[in-house]
Amino acid sequence: MSPHAHIAGVFEHPGRTLPDHTVAQIHAEVAAGALADAGLTFADVDGFFCAGDAPGFGGLSMAEYLGLNCRYIDSTETGGSSYLVHVQHAAEAIAAGRCSVALITLAGKPRTGGAGPGASARSDAPESDFENLFGLNIINGYALAAQRHMYEFGTTSAQLAEIKVAASTHAQHNPNAFLPTMVTIDEVLESPVIADPLHRLDACVITDGGGALVVVSPEIAASLDRHTIPVLGTGVGIKHTSGGRIDLTHTGAVISGPAAFAEAGVSPTDIDYVSIYDSFTITVLMTIEDLGFCPKGQGGGFVSDGALQSPNGILPFNTDGGGLCNNHPANRGGMTKVVEAVRQLRGEAHPAVQVPDCKLALAHGTGGSLATRMGSATLILGRDD
Amino acid sequence: MPTESNLPTNAAYPTLDSEPFWDALNDDRLHLPRCTACAYVIWYPRHHCPNCGAGRDQIEWFDASGRGAVYSYTVVRRNRGSWGEILPYIVAYVELDEGPRIMTNIVECDPESVTIGQAVEAVFHSVPEARQREHGATGVLRFRPSA
Repeated sequence: MSPHAHIAGVFEHPGRTLPDHTVAQIHAEVAAGALADAGLTFADVDGFFCAGDAPGFGGLSMAEYLGLNCRYIDSTETGGSSYLVHVQHAAEAIAAGRCSVALITLAGKPRTGGAGPGASARSDAPESDFENLFGLNIINGYALAAQRHMYEFGTTSAQLAEIKVAASTHAQHNPNAFLPTMVTIDEVLESPVIADPLHRLDACVITDGGGALVVVSPEIAASLDRHTIPVLGTGVGIKHTSGGRIDLTHTGAVISGPAAFAEAGVSPTDIDYVSIYDSFTITVLMTIEDLGFCPKGQGGGFVSDGALQSPNGILPFNTDGGGLCNNHPANRGGMTKVVEAVRQLRGEAHPAVQVPDCKLALAHGTGGSLATRMGSATLILGRDD
Repeated sequence: MPTESNLPTNAAYPTLDSEPFWDALNDDRLHLPRCTACAYVIWYPRHHCPNCGAGRDQIEWFDASGRGAVYSYTVVRRNRGSWGEILPYIVAYVELDEGPRIMTNIVECDPESVTIGQAVEAVFHSVPEARQREHGATGVLRFRPSA
């Protein structure tokens, strides 16, 4: 048994529209699902992790709702990447003996109302009046990054469309996918331009739902029947506008990626499968560059010709259909990135998209706004057999 | 005198950090903080230098040129609410001659004509009367193509 913390249970809520659930209920359902997947119960949990999507007062409200008895709590908020940061923090807490069964939950209902994404949208942010007077919305911010990337590196809309095509190719095999229909490059390019250069089909879906992870100590992992997944390396990188010297073509992955690879003692060429945060197609392209899967600026060429399609592409990605087609619960895609990476390492992805003998996977989360004010988090996950 | 904006801009709420910036817009001035310790021109306005860590006692304010170039832009073609009624419009980052890249709108031009690298200059708008708020700022900074 390796000395690492292990992901012992994962769960993705099958719902994509949940008008009859409260956000707290969804947290409870995904928690129950992940614990059952691990072969554990609520009574086994001694550490709880949640982010701004959790209703109430940090983790306190949800710990009470769920009936947890915790000796460790963490509500680190980095937007959609929070849950990967939580895996890092859980692994550290487990190594320090602070807890042995860590539960991480995410839930939200951006599709049918109810609670919004939470703490990330606070209006007292000191930067808000310098960005909110100009008709900016989420996709505009990503369009600004895409436009600059195209200017500096010659990236094209057709290359971005390849990313959506790959996700849709995978989503057709996922019965829970919000958009299960394959699309072509032309269909992406013919969808309405929302904000130059991004089209409607460059954007992720908006779905209700949630997910949960259970991270356990090596000793607990050894006691379970389940195929548990060692956390081999983690990295976190915070990037912001740097006192007004914003750089729109790099992400925090330039910090989080090398840290995770170094801890795991592996390099990008060793990775069999990647879950890459995909709020928009440009998010994927810039992240792949920044993680070192290709030189900076060459992401457009790299993702072409089916490179991201499983099982035959050179870098199979987001085999559940990702946020672009499957699910982006609570407008936060980090949780589902970890869930699908674990499915791949367990050999439990859909057979049509399962990477043969998947031994090493990378999951990457992007929180905040791409290249603007963001928290990046990278996990390297493996197998013990 | 600032000209009244025809864009659906809400009023900002000045803070103790940002008040000099907002006040100067009423006089058609782009007033920015600068660090006296390292000479860094700071954006967004604050009384702390994010470059060297100098505190509020080492921040001075000066009038910037109002000149710069487009660093990136997007032509917004779909949106909800009041901004959805004035499509298309431009959201951009302008790199000021003094260094900072700041978010803004590019106005007084054909949206299809904007390019990265294009030279621009400051335009001082006032918040539409119907959108002014108690304790709110009355100015907003935008840019237009310059000769």
